[in-house]
Amino acid sequence: MRATRRQTLAAIAGIPGIAALLTERAMAQSTAGAHGRNLHTGDNMVVGEVNHAANGFTPEQLLTEFDYGEPSIGPDGRPEREWTITAVDKDIEIAPGVFFPAWTYNGRVPGPALRCVEGERLRIHFQNGGSHPHSIHLHSIHPARMDGVAGAGLVEPGEAFTYEVDARPFGCHFYHCHAVPLKRHIHKGLYGALIIDPNPDRHAEHRIAALGRRHGTPEHARWQEFVMVMNGFDTNFDDENEFYAVNSIAFAYGRKPISVARSRPIRIYLVNATEFDPINSLHLHGNFFDYYDHGTTLTPTSRIVDTIMQCQGQRGILEIDFSDHEPGLYMFHAHQSEFAELGWMSFFEVTDA
Amino acid sequence: MSAELDRTITAQRGLQTETRWLWLALPALCLVAILSVVLIGRPLDQLTASAPPVEEISVEAVTLTPGLISLAVRADGSAPITIAQVQVDGAYRMFTALPSKTVGRLEAARIEIPYPWIEGEAHHLLIVTASGATFEHSIEVAVTDLTTSAATAVQMILVGLFLGFAPVAAGLLAFPAFSRASPRTMNFLLALTIGLLGYLFVDTLSEGLESAAGALGRLRVESLVWVSAAASVLVLVAIGRRKGRPPEGRALAVFIAFGIGVHNFGEGLAVGAALATGAGALATFLVVGFIIHNVSEGVAISIPLADRQPSFLTFLGLAALAGLPATPGVLLGAAAVSPYLTALCFGVGAGAILQVIIEIGAMLRRRAPTGGPITMANLLGVTLGLAVMYGTAVFV
Repeated sequence: MRATRRQTLAAIAGIPGIAALLTERAMAQSTAGAHGRNLHTGDNMVVGEVNHAANGFTPEQLLTEFDYGEPSIGPDGRPEREWTITAVDKDIEIAPGVFFPAWTYNGRVPGPALRCVEGERLRIHFQNGGSHPHSIHLHSIHPARMDGVAGAGLVEPGEAFTYEVDARPFGCHFYHCHAVPLKRHIHKGLYGALIIDPNPDRHAEHRIAALGRRHGTPEHARWQEFVMVMNGFDTNFDDENEFYAVNSIAFAYGRKPISVARSRPIRIYLVNATEFDPINSLHLHGNFFDYYDHGTTLTPTSRIVDTIMQCQGQRGILEIDFSDHEPGLYMFHAHQSEFAELGWMSFFEVTDA
Repeated sequence: MSAELDRTITAQRGLQTETRWLWLALPALCLVAILSVVLIGRPLDQLTASAPPVEEISVEAVTLTPGLISLAVRADGSAPITIAQVQVDGAYRMFTALPSKTVGRLEAARIEIPYPWIEGEAHHLLIVTASGATFEHSIEVAVTDLTTSAATAVQMILVGLFLGFAPVAAGLLAFPAFSRASPRTMNFLLALTIGLLGYLFVDTLSEGLESAAGALGRLRVESLVWVSAAASVLVLVAIGRRKGRPPEGRALAVFIAFGIGVHNFGEGLAVGAALATGAGALATFLVVGFIIHNVSEGVAISIPLADRQPSFLTFLGLAALAGLPATPGVLLGAAAVSPYLTALCFGVGAGAILQVIIEIGAMLRRRAPTGGPITMANLLGVTLGLAVMYGTAVFV
């Protein structure tokens, strides 16, 4: 604070003893209750409602919908899977009343959660309907010419490219635009989850675990699965995020908790797509979980933890069991309190089912 | 013949007057035409089509009551601005906005944020608009609103009296020292007064410009400070010389007291605002310096009376005129007035002080021996006056 004359003039307040009076009044401070407060997070909350219809997606869809593409059997008998993904410029409401000029895959941020099975031949037909060059860079094992960098599938506006790769290794992966400037292209919204389920036939030693991960099996059906892409939005383009969330909409699962049945296990595919901040994290209240870094193993890489952190681009699978818990609201959030208070704040509502 | 000529001349004059009005109407018509082209034809839209809306929000006043932060904000932009979310200390908070979250150009709104703010600590506010633009405001030291109780109002009145009336009256007590001074001493004292007031003039102007910086750019408050200073100096000189001669003696003392009074009202506003924003927590020993500083204001008032025999009531009146305005100033300032009003007060105050500088200068010139008023003694007086004010200001 610059000490100007007027501020110092104010020092005269000391003479009639105003300071003592102020202290007395401050002791009587209490939070105002007249404004209506959120039951679970106090007044640390955004105000208003997001128009999900105008966005074209709901937080629930982003959380629970997987895009299985078009599965088929190739001429050589090998399973194949195809997607068509279009890059589109679109304003999305990332918090009530706050509109972000996003670059999206298929009109949503994060892009579709592509789900396939280990060993399949994948074809991603990418069309660039945006205003800048874009690409899809897959975090998977693939040849250099399919990498989504300049000269290997970087697509000019109005053009298209087909990325053709084998689905490997199994795990929870990440895809994003790799056009430069990289930070801008990613944080504008061009990212999503790529989930490659293990093929149980290839993992005899952990067959049960693999069956539980492989969509479409009876062993998998009991799992309650969620995709959570941790992200942030720099709405004023000063290279710092103004909003944080899982799946873009600040406080979405804080205001409307994710309902889960305590009798069934929970699996979270967690991806860190946050820009500017090197690390993001997830901390679960009242419980511990097993963690599979990158999801590329069938045994946990961390057992019995309640907090995990991911650097930019890192991802993993969390497996949570609430079966011996009493029903109620169990909070989870980034343990960077800053991110939590700026939107990355969520709840599981554990029900007695 | 002569009457006919008169009529002809009158008719010609009438015609001339009409022609003049026509010439005045022409630019107005052109202006309407140009504005119509810009507003209806919209030739600028091609240039601005892709530009995002220009947005500016200024926080004009912050009021803290237990558990509640209340902001007076004003908006400026190419379109109405919607205040979408509000952060306090890097966390989104529930808030209400009255009359609406959407604020039109140059319109004001009140934002109320329930928040357990902490006495004596700093808090940082961030307003996020619908476009994602952000506007920051810092509460440097959080202090409870002073205007909510009668007890504090009494304290504020006391602050105002300490600020204005007491030191000015103390300064006036020096009068006997100057009484019936020799013409040479008197000249020196008048030059000293010019120095004292010269410092006050610069100080008032810069305070005004500083307040102006806190207001929306569109309101052109810095220009307002200059314009109001110029207008007040012209008006006051005209009033002072309405009888055809410049004010001297008691009249001059009244004008000096008036100028200092307006200045002290502005200072009161600033002090009230500083108290309301927590700067009152600064150490009290500095108060000593402040009182010395304002005592010299009283001295400045008493000097033009040196060759008169004013009554006690005159002194009381002068002290009241110069010192009392600080009291309503403090009360208003603590109630978080707009920086627009504060800047205007300082502008008028600066003009009023400049007027008395001009009049004392004129007086010095009239009293000057052959060779004009630029004498070593006078220069020394002005310099000493400036130095005294600067020296005491440094303590403040």
